[in-house]
Amino acid sequence: MTSQPIDAGPAPDRNILKANLRRAERRRKMRAYGLIAPLFLFLLAFFLVPIGSVLYFSVSNPEVVTMLPRVTAALRDWDTRSLPGEAVFAALAEDMKQGYADTTLPKVSLRLNYEVSGFRSLLMRTGRKAKHMKAPFKAAMIARDKRWAELTYWRTIKANDSRYTLHYLLQALDLDLQWDGSVRRVAPDHQIYLSNLRRTLWIALVVTIICILLGYPVACIIATAPPRVAKYLILLVLLPFWTSLLVRTAAWVIVLQKSGIVNDALIGLGLIEVPLALIFNRTGVYISMVHILLPFMILPLYSVMKGIPGDHVRAAASLGATPRSAFLSVYFPQTVPGLAAGCLLVFVISLGFYITPMLIGGGSDQMLAYLIAEFATNTANWGLAGALAMLLLVCIAVLYPFYQRFAGAGGMKLG
Amino acid sequence: MTINKYLTAAAVSLGIVAMAGAAVARDFTIASWGGGYQDSQRKNFFKPFGDSKGIKILEDTYLGGWAQFKAMQETGNRPWDVVQVETSELIRGCEEGLFVKLDWSRIGDKSMFIEPAVTECGLGVAVVSQLVGYNPKNTKVEPTSNADFFDLKKIPGKRGLRSDPKGTLEFALMADGVDVKDVYKVMNTKAGLDRAFAKLDSIKSSIQWWEAGAQAPEWLVSGDVVMSTAYNGRISKANKDGHGLKMIWQNNILYVDKWVIFKGSEHVDTAYEYLKFFTDPKREAAFTNDYTYGQPNKAALKYIKPEVAAALPAGANIADAMDTGRADSVEFWLDNSDEIFQRWTAWKAK
Repeated sequence: MTSQPIDAGPAPDRNILKANLRRAERRRKMRAYGLIAPLFLFLLAFFLVPIGSVLYFSVSNPEVVTMLPRVTAALRDWDTRSLPGEAVFAALAEDMKQGYADTTLPKVSLRLNYEVSGFRSLLMRTGRKAKHMKAPFKAAMIARDKRWAELTYWRTIKANDSRYTLHYLLQALDLDLQWDGSVRRVAPDHQIYLSNLRRTLWIALVVTIICILLGYPVACIIATAPPRVAKYLILLVLLPFWTSLLVRTAAWVIVLQKSGIVNDALIGLGLIEVPLALIFNRTGVYISMVHILLPFMILPLYSVMKGIPGDHVRAAASLGATPRSAFLSVYFPQTVPGLAAGCLLVFVISLGFYITPMLIGGGSDQMLAYLIAEFATNTANWGLAGALAMLLLVCIAVLYPFYQRFAGAGGMKLG
Repeated sequence: MTINKYLTAAAVSLGIVAMAGAAVARDFTIASWGGGYQDSQRKNFFKPFGDSKGIKILEDTYLGGWAQFKAMQETGNRPWDVVQVETSELIRGCEEGLFVKLDWSRIGDKSMFIEPAVTECGLGVAVVSQLVGYNPKNTKVEPTSNADFFDLKKIPGKRGLRSDPKGTLEFALMADGVDVKDVYKVMNTKAGLDRAFAKLDSIKSSIQWWEAGAQAPEWLVSGDVVMSTAYNGRISKANKDGHGLKMIWQNNILYVDKWVIFKGSEHVDTAYEYLKFFTDPKREAAFTNDYTYGQPNKAALKYIKPEVAAALPAGANIADAMDTGRADSVEFWLDNSDEIFQRWTAWKAK
């Protein structure tokens, strides 16, 4: 043991020592960074970049500006109240001619068709002939399709002269961004997103509650069972994980359908005469989702319950607590962190379900992810898919602090 | 030292990734819809073609929709040379320059083929019909027309319908008495569209929506529904397994998928040879004897077993059919599918 303090050395030595220390420190830090680099890169590549691009897609609006550049520029000084002049028509004719040749016209037509149905055929039909059109373009284009004499189409082009738009985000809230920047609710028979979001949150909530009611006692039994039995019980909980979600969903169809196992058994026992409607409705969705998600509730609960010594409840009982109050004031508070973790897992995973409701639910049981998948993979309307994904993300972000408060408080009580 | 080691490791792994990503000459690749359908295609077309040319043929599965094509457009990658697509993707890919505009002299005379099979960028693959199927075991009174599908008094019970406005709205209008020629003239008006929705609304509580083609015959067999729209090949498949399902051919909806060739493919010549190989009537007939879908080559019908031909979307069975590839249908859906999808979804969830 050297008792000599570092400062005691002569000044130059001290500086060298400091530099050495700093270098060693830096090396250690670099190594630490090196060790977390794979994780960091993984998160960056598979978490931040996708979420960032989803956000970007939901506001990105490059089509009109880049594919109809001349007419967007020509429309900048247009008064929006009377039909544009010959110069604007000529600019559009030139844009269409080029867009038809380099095959960008179909893409921008599709984009504009999101806002006005029929815009696509209008642009494509005129675009096919643009090459042969001669001045005066205004007369020529209106002769080709008289819709060019309507203001709506010009206003829609003008409204999209920015690379960014709120169109998709507002659409995800059942709102329609008008050409003049005002926002209107869409007609009631076209509103789908908010009601779908409410339904999605409701289904997730109900599934979470059922999972609590079913999972809590099960976790309790496993945690208090002798280790040899507990091992097998855990295995039973984990068993469903060994088959794919699709297979489990298909299995529920066989079990729940009109002439399925459950109905046949109930009819065979004489309990019912007409088969119960257990599938292609909300009941079936709840049954199969709870089955798929139950392990996510049981496992965190079990891991917390396992750590609660049995003598706590016994001590409470010996001090005169009834079983009920021993449970409520001694046992239950200690399980809250596990319960909160289970709820969060089940709730968040439920929000993203769509295959199960699609195959087992009816027309009014579809969840938001169904629509996201429709836009992402089928029509490739990534703007709207991104906006709807943002909507879900925001919902989870809003709910998360509540969870933290709930779980954090429980954790503190535990300490 | 240690850091150098990390850097080297990182550089090496990046190098491997780069090498894997570099364009290695890929064998001729065909993408189709997977499952039993593609198994049949492999047996009757892909494998014999590869054997005849002495080349290896790679296969992939196309999941439908535009997303896979959008990814190809944005990355410039062409993982496939030939793929089987539906009408809306056919038109979009043709207009956006993703698919080759076909040189028909390299395939065959256009008059050899049924009309819906010949388009600018695509050659018809299989003629699939969506029609009403029913299980006589499930109902006392057998339906005889599409109007009976909407008659809950005559035939009570659940009905299966495809969960897609395309084809379903047309079906409803024709069942309501609209002539097959006028379907889109009617649907293009607000009143006409309302009429289609109202017709569906009249049986809404009895509708059970299907997403996958396999569901409809399953439900007919299990007794979950009394009747259902379904693809004819699926019903024939169930009947091959011994179930006595029946079909109503009135105003059935025709879907003719198309083979397309990717522009920029390294194997364009092979792709044309494949298309020509595919059109051989005997080969097409062999496929149909296996899997009951109609064939683009008119001559194939001669070689098809009579009992198969009777259940085929061909001849008299499609005399009053509604071809979803016809011009007014394509135009209507390209213009209106976004808006109608919203209304459809809102109505379905109500």
